[in-house]
Amino acid sequence: MVHTFVVYVDNKPGVLNRVASLFRRRAFNIESLTVGHTEQPGVSRMTVVVDTDAYGARRLEANLYKLVPVRRVDDITAAPSIVRDLALIKVASTGEARTHVMQLVDVYRARVVDVSPESLVIEATGTEDKIDSLVEVLRPYGVMEMVRTGRIAMARGTARALRPAEPLSGDLIADDLSIGSV
Amino acid sequence: MRTGAQIMWECLVREGVTDVFGYPGGAILPVYDAMLEFPIRHVLVRHEQGATHMADGYARASGRVGVAIATSGPGATNMVTGIATAMMDSSPIVCITGQVGSKLIGSDAFQETDITGITLPITKHNYLVTSAADVAPAVREAFAIARSGRPGPVLVDITKDAQQGSCEVDWAAAEPRLSEAQDEALPGDGDHREALALINAAKRPLILAGHGVMQSGAEREILALAERAQIPIAVTLLGIGGVPASHPLNLGMMGMHGEAWVNTAIMDADLLLALGMRFDDRVTGNLKTYALNARKIHVDIDRAELNKNVRVDVAIAGDLRATVAEWLPHVEKGARSAWLAQIDTLKGDAAVRDIQTLPDDGHLYAAHVINDLWRVTGGHALVVTDVGQHQMWEAQYYKHDSSRSLITSGGLGTMGFALPAAIGAKIARPDAEVWVVAGDGGFQMTMAELATAMQEQLDINVAIINNGYLGMVRQWQEFFYDKRYAATPLSGPDFVKLAEAFGAWAAAVTRRSEVVDAVNAARRQPRTAVIDFRVEQEDTVYPMVPAGADLHKMIRRPSPLVETGAD
Ligand SMILES: Cc1ncc(C[n+]2csc(CCOP(=O)(O)OP(=O)(O)O)c2C)c(N)n1
Ligand SMILES: [Mg+2]
Repeated sequence: MVHTFVVYVDNKPGVLNRVASLFRRRAFNIESLTVGHTEQPGVSRMTVVVDTDAYGARRLEANLYKLVPVRRVDDITAAPSIVRDLALIKVASTGEARTHVMQLVDVYRARVVDVSPESLVIEATGTEDKIDSLVEVLRPYGVMEMVRTGRIAMARGTARALRPAEPLSGDLIADDLSIGSV
Repeated sequence: MRTGAQIMWECLVREGVTDVFGYPGGAILPVYDAMLEFPIRHVLVRHEQGATHMADGYARASGRVGVAIATSGPGATNMVTGIATAMMDSSPIVCITGQVGSKLIGSDAFQETDITGITLPITKHNYLVTSAADVAPAVREAFAIARSGRPGPVLVDITKDAQQGSCEVDWAAAEPRLSEAQDEALPGDGDHREALALINAAKRPLILAGHGVMQSGAEREILALAERAQIPIAVTLLGIGGVPASHPLNLGMMGMHGEAWVNTAIMDADLLLALGMRFDDRVTGNLKTYALNARKIHVDIDRAELNKNVRVDVAIAGDLRATVAEWLPHVEKGARSAWLAQIDTLKGDAAVRDIQTLPDDGHLYAAHVINDLWRVTGGHALVVTDVGQHQMWEAQYYKHDSSRSLITSGGLGTMGFALPAAIGAKIARPDAEVWVVAGDGGFQMTMAELATAMQEQLDINVAIINNGYLGMVRQWQEFFYDKRYAATPLSGPDFVKLAEAFGAWAAAVTRRSEVVDAVNAARRQPRTAVIDFRVEQEDTVYPMVPAGADLHKMIRRPSPLVETGAD
């Protein structure tokens, strides 16, 4: 199951590396990781999306807390939350195609932020699903370049996000030890 | 105003450090220059790996933080093995490295290495300090981190300009302020009442005691728990010594080379109380079949260990000593005689296969050497082992009755660990009788540290279990690779001449009848003594659980009187 963690860290050099290295070292695959400033000076906020089971999520959280610059970890997977991705998409468009693209942009509530004779740059925010689908419909026109921020997320309301109530389950970390060695 | 170098030493003095292990070089020269002004003993090692193992041995022997110092580049990279060793075995050490000037960082300057990058996954935390003002906060925090929670190594990399620069220090402001980031709802919020109910209801409970027993100082509490409820105890390799070997409830070591009755008891138990251990693959065997009859309670200071390898019914994160002390008044007195009798039966069968029953047939077996060493030293020595067959024989045949009396590299299995770790241990506990038990392979990896022992005039005894092989690997080749001994036959120098060249006392032993005399002669020596025990070459460590096999499916000792496995 895909888990979304919000991780508050001290804004110091090398912290991103420490967090990313932990995921690599403990063999978790990061689907997306974003980092930026928060309302609090000196504190950065990461949104990390990882596909793991419930046990893995807990273990990951416990491991994150072992990193000295980590202040707080919330697993907001199950919390009602606002999840957004931002994309800039450069689409080839001239003549008639241009009109079609503009219409699609409207339907998706995206914006055209740059216009040149051969292309348009579209800015879109929304859930990853929405952006995926926008990209799909634009593809036939020729997506020349694209950049996406990856997921950022925030729990709704003021209560601290609760850990998902999914039952604890999942594979053992290493259930085949026959490859052990001297 | 003080220089960064002076501040570093002052931090050490304030932390109560009296001894450090190190090796100088260009990027750490300001620190070395300032050293002369401070009341700290510096032990000059022969290789920086030795410095880290010494700091580690010092920490494990005493419970105090060990300190190692090296220069940038090769000095720092030579520390990597020792840092990883300390990390795996939760040993609190602080490593100080010199770094090129801060303006040169990133330029591939002479002897520049990104040591904070390299050691990131093998330290609890590390620092790159680029100004004198940051020295005190970093070094003080490093000590706090090394010894807090689950202990481990911390590295502080200090640029040359930070060592040379000056500033005022406000010691109060440099007080370490570690955020106590914790989350109550993480794994480890297990219910103590549930644990107690399981303990009180269990018919066949078993305590699995690990390194955490000693790390948290819970030796007495564990015994009290075991005695009160009549729960037998199995120990991990690093748990040896936490419970006296001679205590009737202590069954001995579990795992790959644990005794059969111990592993069988684990598989038969209806409750496992895992206390300060982490279900390493060396102790569980096949996880799919591991202790399926047992409910499980796991207490560990490190939340990330809970439910990692083995799913447990109650997971409690916390200090072991405090946890067990809290339980004690609520633990019902028990008899559990049927369970203890059941284990005794298993034991009776295995005991007749024991080495002690083997008469002297003219051969010298490593197990005999260890057994004699144990008898002669009355079980009171502080033994530091290397890694291999001799390590397992030590664990099986030296009966450790006191805490912190066996120091060995368990998690990383680092050959070359023993001699330097023993030097550190001896410096931490000068009154202890220190014995190194090393293989001919591992000893050759770090034997240059004999020079360190001599220069420091240390009275250390070294038993080389010399079998002419990388024995443990040869054993695997014997069992699993059709006896194709690729790259395991090993020659060595004449260890007696070698030791004498260093100025040590030395002797060689080839017969069982000579063991006791040689051990006694070494003990009488007030200086470092080396004994070359030329043991049976193709001897085998039994019992053995093949990697990944079910824990109770062990390869047993072949027959009542043949311990050697010579087939
Ligand atoms: C640094 C290092 N390299 C390789 C190994 C793999 N290894 C484990 S035991 C062993 C053999 C040890 O031989 P020796 O020191 O002679 O001890 P013996 O097993 O013969 O008692 C080896 C090579 C290791 N544990 N550590
Ligand atoms: Mg050998």
